[in-house]
Amino acid sequence: MAWAKKILRVNLTDGTCKNEPLNMDWADKYLGQRGLATKYFVEEVDPKVDPLSPKNKLIMTTGPLTGTCASTAGRYSVVTKGALTGAIACSNSGGFFGNEMKNAGYDMIIFEGKAKKPVYLFIDNDDVQLLDAGKIWGTSVWDTEDWIKEHHQDPMIRVASIGVSGEKGVKFACVVNDYHRAAGRSGVGTVMGSKNLKAVALRGTKGVQVKDYKSFMKAVDAGKAVLSGNAVTGEGLPAYGTQVLMNVINETGALPTRNHQTVQFEGAHAISAEAMAEPRKSDGKPNLVRNAACFACTIACGRISTIDRTHFTVAERPQYQVASGGLEYEAAWALGAATGVDDLDALTFANFICNEQGYDPISFGATVGAAMELYETGVIDKKATGGIELKFGNAKALTDLAEQCGKGEGFGAEIGLGSKLLCEKYGHPELSMSVKSQEFPAYDSRGIQGMGLAYATSNRGACHLRGYTVASEILGIPEKTDPLVADGKAGLVKAFQDATAAFDSAGICIFTSFAWSLEDVAPQIDAACEGGWSVDKLLEVGERVWNLERQFNNAAGFTAKDDNLPARLVKDAAKVGPAKGLTNQLDKMLPEYYELRGWTPDGVPTNETLNRLSL
Amino acid sequence: MNIELKLYASLSSYLPPGAKHHRVALDVAEGTTPAQLIDDMKLPKEACFLVLRNGVYLTPDERETRPIKEGETIAIWPPIAGG
Repeated sequence: MAWAKKILRVNLTDGTCKNEPLNMDWADKYLGQRGLATKYFVEEVDPKVDPLSPKNKLIMTTGPLTGTCASTAGRYSVVTKGALTGAIACSNSGGFFGNEMKNAGYDMIIFEGKAKKPVYLFIDNDDVQLLDAGKIWGTSVWDTEDWIKEHHQDPMIRVASIGVSGEKGVKFACVVNDYHRAAGRSGVGTVMGSKNLKAVALRGTKGVQVKDYKSFMKAVDAGKAVLSGNAVTGEGLPAYGTQVLMNVINETGALPTRNHQTVQFEGAHAISAEAMAEPRKSDGKPNLVRNAACFACTIACGRISTIDRTHFTVAERPQYQVASGGLEYEAAWALGAATGVDDLDALTFANFICNEQGYDPISFGATVGAAMELYETGVIDKKATGGIELKFGNAKALTDLAEQCGKGEGFGAEIGLGSKLLCEKYGHPELSMSVKSQEFPAYDSRGIQGMGLAYATSNRGACHLRGYTVASEILGIPEKTDPLVADGKAGLVKAFQDATAAFDSAGICIFTSFAWSLEDVAPQIDAACEGGWSVDKLLEVGERVWNLERQFNNAAGFTAKDDNLPARLVKDAAKVGPAKGLTNQLDKMLPEYYELRGWTPDGVPTNETLNRLSL
Repeated sequence: MNIELKLYASLSSYLPPGAKHHRVALDVAEGTTPAQLIDDMKLPKEACFLVLRNGVYLTPDERETRPIKEGETIAIWPPIAGG
């Protein structure tokens, strides 16, 4: 139960859609969503495949709790080989699409091949059709979603789609659902675009069955009580959202600034959660309109914002004088501190464009930051940028490039390469602040040592959502550790990575883990699903998933040399703040991490480890 | 003794007049601890979740026992998270 026990396999080359039973033996070992879809993916796809080849596959996948009334149980993920990274990609999104997919009766949808012409998949419970997307190809995520709802005369349809950036091959294109929630990282939208698949539109009304209804409701109620009674998930996140971290991380000296040249941003206060709540001069209203919740979520950390109508980005463009999603912390950091831009309205506009055109604001902002360093050091000039004065802090340059990148035009198309290819093109690969070609998020690992190891070993490239040791090192959740020391971080990172993989396989949001441990999650899964789901079993699933992803990456050609950080972080000490004088001590943490993982010194899981995890 | 106090999120409303960008300069007695400063500013103690001295975390014990020094910055947040 809880699983729909059904897969939809869509062959885009042949135009066929077939149902298959879910492999329940695999469900027992990989649970769902991230874990189970990764199992299907590695079984079916050659690790050496070109991410943009028709032989690559793309899986949209839910977890067993998705679509139930468990708190935050609306999650789905997109699993593929990432266009940005060439590594296993699993990008997780909230909103309402995941719930609708599960209620239509599918645990996952596997896309294979490539359509001859642009298509979209339309599902109304058991009615499944591949339809002509000719009228929406070349349009934005927002226009696509509007068109599909109008065309089918149903405003309740949930849509996940790509924008023009995904069609044009921007390496970090997203799959965006519900206008502003995104499976955002690693270029999963680029893969979708390469298949001529514009959108998936769903209507599902079947409901989700659980194993033991009474036990499930009891466990769900207990979980919700923990969330509402916790000061972080019950008060802090709904009131201030993730953006409250801007001043925290700046104060702790771990806010990467101007392409990681320094670790504190003098403009942080102007782009923070507090700034979003301050009345502006023009109309006395704040940037922030209200918070928002995804399906079934009882935290509601999302931000809904507006841009000052007198701001240069929207003064002549009423279509952007609306309330929409953002800013969240990671996006605000990348669009702001990474580029040195402290104009909150410019950041909000750039974020709107990222949502509208469907690309990752983290990789975009970080790549603009790298390009700004190339410009300021004289490597590129206005001839290369198409006349844009690409200096740090130039808000107009940021917003112009956001629009160009969204359409794959001008220098924005080069930004769409991602920082690694861009910096390599201009002869300075060392200026790409990335791991496995994916740009860092909003924490400098000189000031938060554990995050350096988490980034270096993340299976999808630099990412905060594979092992968020910030929770422990900065916020004291579940217990405080010192962010400035490397000792003990190998075990901390492994524990966060394995637990996160279990959360990500369940259909719930990782933000619940600010209050929940697996002790809170296990009873909910066990009441919903057959299989005897204990904390130990979930931890084993998490570790198994992590090793499975690692095996795929190793087979794809990644080695221990790719578990690395840019020289700037391991050789150039932080110049200010608590981490002044410190570099990241990855060389101390990595060997201990491999040993704890049961891997060889070359980062390969040993036979003993594989046997222990039944891999 | 001159110090700087920064208050964020829901604690911002406790900042005295003259504060800018959530920070204010204060003249406090020698030997004042962060815990005493929290009392003096009438901050709700249970809401003082994250207390940093020059960006470095102070444990609840350190807040009680470690006097603030001339020129130091104390920054305080209620329970928050992100990511």
